[in-house]
Amino acid sequence: MKRIILQGLLMLFIFGLATQGICAESKRLVIQGSTTVLPIAQKAAEVFMQKRPEVDISVRGGGSGTGIAALIDGICDIADSSRPMKKKEIIKAKEKGVNPEPRVVAMDGIAVIVHPSNPVDGLTLTQLKGIYTGKISNWAELGGRNQKIVVASRDVASGTYECFSKLALKKERVRPDALLQASNAAVASTIKRTKGAIGYVGLGYLSSEVKALIINGVVPSVETVLKGTYPISRPLFMYTNGKPKGLAKDFINFVLSEEGQRIVKEQGFVSLK
Amino acid sequence: MRRAQKENLIRGFFCLFALLSIFFLSGIVIVLFKEGLPIFEVAPLGEFLFGKFWYPTYEPPDFGILPLLLGSLWVTLGALIIAVPLGVASAIYIAEAASPKIKEFIKPVIELLAGIPSVVYGFFGMVVVAPLVAKIFNLPVGLNAFTASMLLGIMAIPTITSISEDAISAVPESFKEASYALGANKWETTAKVILPAAAGGISTAIILGMARVIGETITVLMVAGGAAVIPHSFFEPVRTMTATIAAEMGETVAGSAHFHALFAIAIVLFVITLSFNIIADLLTQRFRRRLG
Repeated sequence: MKRIILQGLLMLFIFGLATQGICAESKRLVIQGSTTVLPIAQKAAEVFMQKRPEVDISVRGGGSGTGIAALIDGICDIADSSRPMKKKEIIKAKEKGVNPEPRVVAMDGIAVIVHPSNPVDGLTLTQLKGIYTGKISNWAELGGRNQKIVVASRDVASGTYECFSKLALKKERVRPDALLQASNAAVASTIKRTKGAIGYVGLGYLSSEVKALIINGVVPSVETVLKGTYPISRPLFMYTNGKPKGLAKDFINFVLSEEGQRIVKEQGFVSLK
Repeated sequence: MRRAQKENLIRGFFCLFALLSIFFLSGIVIVLFKEGLPIFEVAPLGEFLFGKFWYPTYEPPDFGILPLLLGSLWVTLGALIIAVPLGVASAIYIAEAASPKIKEFIKPVIELLAGIPSVVYGFFGMVVVAPLVAKIFNLPVGLNAFTASMLLGIMAIPTITSISEDAISAVPESFKEASYALGANKWETTAKVILPAAAGGISTAIILGMARVIGETITVLMVAGGAAVIPHSFFEPVRTMTATIAAEMGETVAGSAHFHALFAIAIVLFVITLSFNIIADLLTQRFRRRLG
């Protein structure tokens, strides 16, 4: 009895070593960085690995800063980032002989939405910030009906929240009594059913059941986001050391391809095409 | 193989499976504490439990779970106000008053309530109950502690009813006969003899119902509104501990202070439900002793 178990264990061990050997020989790509870009990278990696089974892609989050640091240290092949590299980071990279090359892979645009019956059509960024930080709490102050503003926000860990908080709120704290919704769809659903509510969703989640507000005079749309005139939008990057080559090049080309950009759209971002 | 050997082998096999659940439980507890305790280096226990603000991703962050703790307690209290009278009354009716035919119909129907997935309750609450609550009470938004309490109350009814009913049915026939012999009618017997005798079991039922409610996640995430403020009224949005973990765990950075804070919330929840279960167990034991 004991011998059989021992033999079995030994075989498992040998089998494990063998498969590891095979893995080490296969092509590996390490992607790390922004949690905003994570869903795009993750999904694209899944599809990419289905097409090329010999490739092994590991995708990690950690934030834009972590990704860029990993690229500079040579730990990852592609660094996802939701912001351009900072001067300090570029200097540090140059010191280490790393030459980061950005590729914009998608645009992140966030629409501010209200109930369709709301007479307010547009806000300035200052007004929007006032609403979310608690300085403005009635629609009458913005030329609307005398109605309490119900503020809907996203869970603080989401990429949508991060983008909104950075671009619209300049990182000021959202009022604590804001409703927390766990997804873009939940925000849209709450706004649709609540007359005095305001919320924000990725551009991909707009529908005729909610009204998107004009921000600083610019209508949120794929065009204005791509042009860069809509204020609550930003490009999303993948950085490589030097011009992308080999597997990294194949992967980034896949993300930029029609199929890759469809993934971008599916994840609620604005595709480049 | 000899028969005795075979027996031993089978016994060992089942023993392994029985031990497996203990193994899983201890694994969960170890991970919970290993990942949760580091937060107390950033935020001391007092600050963590009694801090009024939950801003885990800001610089500097605030890790105060008092609003979440109170949110959970308010919703649980509200749910009990709804579930206890309904659940216990149903149990009394089923055990004492209902004819066998009605009993056979009502019991499975109530137990069916427990079989509905909580996400369905949540969806129903979000789409039907919340707009209705907002309309009836003239509120700006229907996602609040009241709506959540109502749904959780309904969800807790099956637990409370079925355990209470068992407790009431377990009261020995001789108690009832003695009461009738003294000239008491059915109502007097139920209120003054059966209920006091079954009180321990009914309390157990209520506490297990409480444990069910406080641990419920997806329904409260969908209908409670999720505002991390200390609640002042049932008609305000609240956020519970479970909803916070569910909403934020998915995208937080593993190993960050926020990550550890979410595990620490899980420890708090674990301690609460564990104490509920211990109390329920003690009550059951006492109740058995009294009847025996």
